[in-house]
Amino acid sequence: MWGYLIRRILAVIPVMTVVAVVVFLILHLNPDDPAAIIAGDQATAADIENIRRQLGLDRPVYIQFFEWVARLVRGDLGSSIFLERPVLHLILERVEPTLALAISTTIFSVVLALPLGVLAAWKAGSWIDQAIMAVAVLAFSFPVFLIGYGLVQGLALEWDLLPVQGFVSITEDPSRFLAHLVLPTIALGLVYTALLARMTRSTMLEILNEDYIRTARAKGLANPRVLLIHALKNAAVPIVTTIGVGIALLIGGVVVTESVFAIPGVGRLTIDAVLHRDYPVIQGVILVVSGFYVLINLLIDLTYTVFDPRIRY
Amino acid sequence: MTTSKKSWVAAAGAALVAGLFSVAPAAADSTLKVVVHADLKILDPVWTTANITNRHGYLIYDTLMALDEKYVPQPQMVDRYTISGDKLVYTFTLRPGLKFHDGQPVTAADAVASVKRWGGRDPMGQRLMQFTSALEAVDASTFRLTLKEPYGLVLESLAKTTSPAFIMPERVAKTEVSTQISDYTGSGPFIFVKDEWRPGNKVIYRKNPDYVPRAEPPSYLAGGKVAKLDRVEWLYIPDANTALSALQAGEVDYFEVPPLDFVPLMERNRNIRLVTIDPLGFQALLRPNSLYPPFNNVKARQALLHIVKQEDYMRATIGNPNYYRKFCGAFFMCGSENETAVGSEPLAGQDFEKAKALLKEAGYNGEKIVVLQPTDRSEYNAPTMVTIQNLRKAGVNVEVQAMDWGTLLSRRAKKDPPDQGGYHLFHTAQGGTNTAMPVANTWFNTRCDKANPGWACDLELDKMVEEWSREPDVAKRKAILERIQTRAYETVPYVPTGQYNLPTAVRSNVKGVLVSGFPVYWNIEKQ
Repeated sequence: MWGYLIRRILAVIPVMTVVAVVVFLILHLNPDDPAAIIAGDQATAADIENIRRQLGLDRPVYIQFFEWVARLVRGDLGSSIFLERPVLHLILERVEPTLALAISTTIFSVVLALPLGVLAAWKAGSWIDQAIMAVAVLAFSFPVFLIGYGLVQGLALEWDLLPVQGFVSITEDPSRFLAHLVLPTIALGLVYTALLARMTRSTMLEILNEDYIRTARAKGLANPRVLLIHALKNAAVPIVTTIGVGIALLIGGVVVTESVFAIPGVGRLTIDAVLHRDYPVIQGVILVVSGFYVLINLLIDLTYTVFDPRIRY
Repeated sequence: MTTSKKSWVAAAGAALVAGLFSVAPAAADSTLKVVVHADLKILDPVWTTANITNRHGYLIYDTLMALDEKYVPQPQMVDRYTISGDKLVYTFTLRPGLKFHDGQPVTAADAVASVKRWGGRDPMGQRLMQFTSALEAVDASTFRLTLKEPYGLVLESLAKTTSPAFIMPERVAKTEVSTQISDYTGSGPFIFVKDEWRPGNKVIYRKNPDYVPRAEPPSYLAGGKVAKLDRVEWLYIPDANTALSALQAGEVDYFEVPPLDFVPLMERNRNIRLVTIDPLGFQALLRPNSLYPPFNNVKARQALLHIVKQEDYMRATIGNPNYYRKFCGAFFMCGSENETAVGSEPLAGQDFEKAKALLKEAGYNGEKIVVLQPTDRSEYNAPTMVTIQNLRKAGVNVEVQAMDWGTLLSRRAKKDPPDQGGYHLFHTAQGGTNTAMPVANTWFNTRCDKANPGWACDLELDKMVEEWSREPDVAKRKAILERIQTRAYETVPYVPTGQYNLPTAVRSNVKGVLVSGFPVYWNIEKQ
C-alpha cells in the first residue's frame, strides 16, 4: 500500500512537468499581447511597447520559461501581470466559493441521485423507473444557465425567497453563506444528479442480476437489505468514480454557474485571466487544478479498497 | 397559479427561507452597490488609460481643475490662480484644508510632482510639458507654471476629464512613470479600502471624513464634491442578465452600463430609473491602417466615407433611436463647443459607386482587405458587420478575422503587413469629452508612427492642431478648427460612424446622480 502511494505521488512529477511545459508553450507561442490590454483602448504603440518591456515580455520565450520554472521549483507560481499580486494568493482567495459550491453540489447530487437511482433500478421498467429516467434526461439536457436564470426569475425575483447573486463567506455570515449557495447548487446539482442517478441505476441493474443477489433473496433477506448492503456496496466503485471526477470538475471551475450567479470562484478567475491574457494566473490555475485532479484520482483509487476488499495495492 | 395562492406560497416560502437563512442584505442604507462595466485590475491612473481605473481615480483622488457643465475649466483643488499679462506664467494657490487620506496636508510640492508624472505619460500632459519651461512650488500652497511660449490649453489640460492629473502625495508621485504605484493615498472624497478589495469580485470605498468640498454646487466634474454615502461597493458582475436581476431585486442600486436590450424592461419597472449622465456620449469610429495599401492612399480612406451611413451603424449598434443621433458630421462631437459640420458632405451621403471609383483611383485591385471583428463586444461587433456588408457592396474582397477583444487589442498594435498578422480595418469608440478636443482626441493624433494603432499620418494636420492649441482667442480658434475638420475629411484619419449615449440604471431611491460624463459618486444619496 505504502509503496503504491509513494509510486503514485512520484508519478505526479512527470505529469505536472508535462502540464507546465505544454501550458507555457501554448500561452507564449500565441501572438496575443497582455501589454496591449493593460495599456487600454486609448494607448499608443509606444505606450504598449513600454509596458511590454517593463513586464519583460519582450525577452526570448526560453528565458521567460526558465525563469518561470526556477520560481516554480521554489514553490512560487509568480505574480499576476495585471494585479501584481501573487498567483497563489489569488487562487486561495477564490478557493472558498468554489469549494463550497463543489461540496454543496456534491451533497445535493448524492443525496438525491443515489436513492433515485436505486429506486429506478429496483422498479426497473415500471412507471417509477420511467418517470425518474425521464426527469433525469430532462435535467441533463437543460443548459445550466437556463436552469439558473429560471431559478433566479422564480425563487429570487418573483417570490423574493433567495438572493440573486453573489457569495458571502461562511466566516462572515453562515446563514447568508447558505442562502447564496442554494440557487447555484440546485442549478448545477441537477445535471450531476441526473448523471449520477443514471449511473447508479445502470450499475445497480447489472448487480441485481448477479447470482449472489439471487442467493440473498433466496435466503429471505428483505429488499432494503439486499439493495443497500449487498447491491449498492458492490455498485459503489463506478459510482464513487463518477462522484470523484465530478468533484474534480467542480473544483476546476464551473464557469457558467459562477458567471450566472456572480460567484467569484476559480472558474471566473480562470476565464478572466484568459480574456486578459494574464499568463502567470492561467499557468498557476492550470497547474493547481491539474495537481488537484491527480490527488482526487489517487483518493478515488484508494477508496476502491474500502468498497471492494478484493482490490489490493 | 392564482394570485392569492401564489402570494400564500410566496409568503410561506419567504418566512421559511428567511427563518433559515436571513437573506436580508446586511449593508446599511448609506452603502451604494454599483455594478461596474469592468473589473478594476490596475490602480495607477497614470499607467493605464482604462476607463475603470479613471473612475477609481475620481473616487479617491482630486484634480487641480475640473470642467463644469459648459465644459469650462473651473478651480477644484485650486483656490485661485493668476495668469501673467504675457500669458507665460500661471500661478496656482491650493485651497486651505486639503488633506490626504493619511492626514497629511496637500502641498504645492505634491501638486508639482503629480503634474510632472502625469505629463510624462498622458498625451495632453506631454504636450503641456513641451510648452513648459518650469513647474515649481513657490511655497507650501502655491506653485508656478512657466511656459516657453503662450499655450491656449493650460487650464483645459489640468481639467482634462479622462486620465487627468490626479494629485497624489509627492512620495507617490515621484514613482517612475514606467512603474505602477503601490500606495493609493489620495485626497478625494472617498478612500480605497485595500483590505476589502477582491479582484474579480468587488472594490470597496469609504467616505473620507476629512474631505473639504468646495462651497459651489456640483456642476459636471467641478463644484462641491459632497460625499453623502458612507460606502461605495463596486461589484463586478460580468453577466448582464444577472446584473439586471440583482437591480430588479434591489441587491444593487446602480447599474453603470446596462445593455440597451434591457431598456424597455427597465422602463416598465417602477423601482428602476434610467438616467443620462453623459450628454455628449460616445463617438463610434472606423479606423483604417494607414501603413499599407490601399489605405495608405488617401483616396481609399476617402472611399470609406462613402460606404458609411451613420444611421445604419447606430441602428445596428444601439437600436433605440432615443440614444443616438441620425447623423453627426463633427469630428469633435455634436453638442460640444467644437461642433462643426464643415467638410462633412462626403460622410452625409452613402454612395457605393463613388467609393468604388475612389478605391480604383487608389490602385485597389481586389486584394484581400483584413477586417478585425471582436465577437465578444457587441458595441464593436455590430458596426463591424455593417462595414463588412458595405465593403462587399463596394466591391471589396473582405477577409473577416473574428476574435475576442483582447486579441484584437494585441493585433491592432502590430505593424506587420495585413497578410502577415496585421490588418486593414477595425472599429472602436471613444468618450465624448476628450473627443471634443482636437489635442485630446486619441484617434485624431496624426503623428504617423507616434499615433495610435492605424498610425494616421498627416503632419500638416498635426501642425494645425498645434496651432489651434496655442491660440488663446476663441474666435480665431474656431476658424482654425474649421480648417482642421476640412483637412480631416480630406485625409481621413478615421471615419466617425455615429454618436450615441448609453443610459445608466439606478434604483428609484437613489437620488443626486450627477451629469458628469461618467459615473461619479459624490452628491448621491439613498432615500
